[in-house]
Amino acid sequence: MPHLAVSDVFAKYGKLEVLHGISFDVERGEVVSLVGPSGSGKSTVLRTLVGLTPVTGGHVDVDGTSIDYHSARAIKAARDRMAIVFQQFNLFQNMTVLRNVTLAPTKIKGRPKAEVEAEAIELLSLVGLADKRDAYPDELSGGQQQRVAIARALALKPEILLLDEVTSALDPELVNEVLDTVRRLAGEGMTMLLVSHEMSFVREVSNKVIFMDKGRVVESGPPGQIFDAPTSDRARDFFGKILRG
Amino acid sequence: MERLIAQLPEFFTWSNMALLADAALMTLSMTLIGCFIGFGLALVLVFLRTTPGLWALPLRVACIAYVEVFRRIPFLVVIYLVLFFIQTVSTDVSLFAIAVIAICTYAIAYTADIIRGGIESVPHTQIEAAQAMNFSRLRTLFTVQLPQAWPIILPPAIAFSVSFIKDTALVSQIGVFELTFRGKELNNQGFSGILVFGTIAMSYFLMSFPLSMLGQYLEKRLATPRGQRRLRKIRQT
Ligand SMILES: Nc1ncnc2c1ncn2[C@@H]1O[C@H](COP(=O)(O)OP(=O)(O)OP(=O)(O)O)[C@@H](O)[C@H]1O
Ligand SMILES: [Mg+2]
Repeated sequence: MPHLAVSDVFAKYGKLEVLHGISFDVERGEVVSLVGPSGSGKSTVLRTLVGLTPVTGGHVDVDGTSIDYHSARAIKAARDRMAIVFQQFNLFQNMTVLRNVTLAPTKIKGRPKAEVEAEAIELLSLVGLADKRDAYPDELSGGQQQRVAIARALALKPEILLLDEVTSALDPELVNEVLDTVRRLAGEGMTMLLVSHEMSFVREVSNKVIFMDKGRVVESGPPGQIFDAPTSDRARDFFGKILRG
Repeated sequence: MERLIAQLPEFFTWSNMALLADAALMTLSMTLIGCFIGFGLALVLVFLRTTPGLWALPLRVACIAYVEVFRRIPFLVVIYLVLFFIQTVSTDVSLFAIAVIAICTYAIAYTADIIRGGIESVPHTQIEAAQAMNFSRLRTLFTVQLPQAWPIILPPAIAFSVSFIKDTALVSQIGVFELTFRGKELNNQGFSGILVFGTIAMSYFLMSFPLSMLGQYLEKRLATPRGQRRLRKIRQT
């Protein structure tokens, strides 16, 4: 049974429908990447999973149980199991880095403060920012904020981690570090769904790649197949452009 | 003018000054208590106003209606409304309490809009981040939205309260022994109007000026480099 199964999901922003029947599966411990042109709905897929954009059709199952996005309680339960790193990081501007990371685990999950703080500092060291624990987000560079956002999501110990363009603000050296982190987490059995424009990163890290266009899945498969031998014209065209630079 | 000067020693007696000081204290405490409680209730109102769900529609409408209605009624009318409303319910509520309730009623409507404006200036993405981590609406308000909104909310809220010190003169109409009421009394006792109301005017000034200074100091405090950066950011978005 897949850990996360997305079946024929539709989603709307107000009246504008942006997902027109998306389906894919993610097995436990797998890393699956969503790729595709800007505006194809990749971020929206992640947002619908955590109930930030309303699902207007289809269903999402976690461990074989469907999430009822009309029920606040079900959304809460789903958010307990999934954590998202936003494309724009969305760190709380009024809190220090450390508090950004520890707030939800202590106040929402009710874990002891000392334990959470020790873990948070460890996570911050992991992303190379232990010395920034008392800084505020607006005192950090984009890449640093992005790494704090990753630490904040990991502190929640999610079963499923949703990463939206987590390498967009990082320089190549740091991309490799994030790559290592993602691999290690996958090795520890965390299920990950990520969105990225960084094709070499996607190729390195993914078990499966899903190519999206205009709110639909055009094709999916192992990275080798999708990148080197895409069957659809749309994917060939897209990767052709990217690979040619 | 000669009469005025002749009255000076008679006017500036201990008892008269004690009377005025008492009245000034009445004015000040009425305003501060009323605005303070009003601000707290305005926060509640703003929170209720954004209650999601269809069942909460009447609640949302009621909150909006309250603000829209009370902002369009002269304060004097609010005073009479509160007075007569309370007197139909109970006859042993002090005039001071009635004045405080009237100030409160009016302050809620004004500060609710100030608070709402401040809260809405916080980018929606901050709220989404909180939602995604299962923060309740109340927790999001207190740990994410309000801390970022204070620099926007406090200056106009303080300015409103300070300027309200002078507007409370209207409660003299229902016989609260505040500053303007005592002024009229002394004037009726035969003291020169210029002398009496000049002193009263000075008292109002002496009360609100230091408070405006305090408000400006707070504004500057909020404008520390960090506060300023935050303020700029909030205004950009
Ligand atoms: N908050 C919003 N309100 C209205 N429309 C939106 C909103 N967010 C996104 N959209 C629209 O939904 C569509 C899909 O957007 P989405 O952000 O999911 O694309 P994306 O694939 O993540 O793009 P990118 O690679 O640029 O991040 C776009 O057409 C976009 O204009
Ligand atoms: Mg996106």
